[in-house]
Amino acid sequence: MIRGFFLALLFSAAAWAQLPVPPLTARVIDQTATLTSEQRAELERKLREFELRKGSQIAVLIVPSTAPETVEQYALRVAEEWKLGRKGIDDGALLLVAKNDRTVRIEVGYGLEGALNDAAASRIIREIIVPRFREGDFFGGISAGVDAMMRVIQGEPLPEPKTAAPGAAEGIGQVLPVLLILALVAGGVLRALLGRFLGAIVAGALVGALAWLLVGVLAVALIAAVIAFIFTLFGGGGYGGRYGGGFPGRGGGFGGGGFRGGGGSFGGGGASGRW
Amino acid sequence: MRGFGLAIAALCTLLLSGCGYNELQRRDEQVKAAWAEVLNQYQRRADLVPNLVSTVKGYAAQEQQVLRQVTEARARVGSIQATPELVDNPEAFAKFQAAQAELTGALSRLLVVAENYPQLKSDALFRDLQAQLEGTENRIAVARNRYIKAVEEYNVTVRSFPTNLTAMLFGFKPKPTFTVENEKELAKPPRVDFERKAK
Repeated sequence: MIRGFFLALLFSAAAWAQLPVPPLTARVIDQTATLTSEQRAELERKLREFELRKGSQIAVLIVPSTAPETVEQYALRVAEEWKLGRKGIDDGALLLVAKNDRTVRIEVGYGLEGALNDAAASRIIREIIVPRFREGDFFGGISAGVDAMMRVIQGEPLPEPKTAAPGAAEGIGQVLPVLLILALVAGGVLRALLGRFLGAIVAGALVGALAWLLVGVLAVALIAAVIAFIFTLFGGGGYGGRYGGGFPGRGGGFGGGGFRGGGGSFGGGGASGRW
Repeated sequence: MRGFGLAIAALCTLLLSGCGYNELQRRDEQVKAAWAEVLNQYQRRADLVPNLVSTVKGYAAQEQQVLRQVTEARARVGSIQATPELVDNPEAFAKFQAAQAELTGALSRLLVVAENYPQLKSDALFRDLQAQLEGTENRIAVARNRYIKAVEEYNVTVRSFPTNLTAMLFGFKPKPTFTVENEKELAKPPRVDFERKAK
């Protein structure tokens, strides 16, 4: 009885199930084992370099089929869930290949619709991707298609990739622990030498100046100075581990193996093709 | 005395946020934004039509009827004032939807006719226009879906207790939404296709 119920549930679920969107674990996700690992790595490297250079996120997804949805519907769902492209700039793009359906789609984020417009996307599919796919050369088609997409996007004036801002944030992240230890040690010494209040002021000034030198942002330096001041003023042993975990590491965006969408949005722009 | 005033102010704030007034406002704005996007995409399609018609004319001038239908449908769409307030008028909304559906039909007939002209099909300009038209149709579908979702959320808020009281008080009415255009198509039995293996 219960088993029957579960079976029914399973079947009804299967009947209604849309193809799930795979988690975004890499720039190139191949669910059909079409690409070799070297080919995948090469595409991955290319796309990462492009993102570092230009800021736009491009991802490739190969699925066996998008049924029961059309390639357009599925591509939009994937794009909405992955949120490729930077938030507010919306410069993401997705190349989706449904191998058994023999359909391919380039889904374009709002911010790229000017350069990689529907006509350009359609031309890339028609003239670059589809002829290679017809010959069974999937890697060649995807690679050349991605190249063409990058060339087109390259010509679009987009905001600079945020190497500066994450760099600064990273700088603070790296400098702060050092400054904290310095504040602890130097603050302790200064407090012993100059007394509690005077020692705190001197420690705060020192740490603030040092932070300004290292990071170059006045606000950060001021915060560091205040922290050092308070530490020295109220410190005096016993606060060893208190602030240890307080500072988040770097956001872990797309440095290592993981890859995350930047929050871009999509509105159904792009083109589809068949081969 | 001052404490009393403060209490009243706090009560008012609580009441206003608790009765969903802010929620109603937010949903209402969302519907408006979604509707603006729908209009935007329809406009984009209407802007493509003159170019498309003149390109097709260059190769298939004898297809008078289809071309005229497209031009007329485009003119009708253009004659309807597509304002954001259209949403609040169910009658005008239905008229707007009918005109857009007519243009959709005329355009798809035009593309079917174009299939018969190999030279037209290989014309670079026509292919670009066709890609743009397809892209815009897809955008319209996306914008309409998002509008339907926004209206659904808004209508649920307007109709459910206790926000319905606030909605009544401030004159928020349920909004019309799109109906399925391809009802006829949906009513047809599914075509069995043995060519492609269903997996």
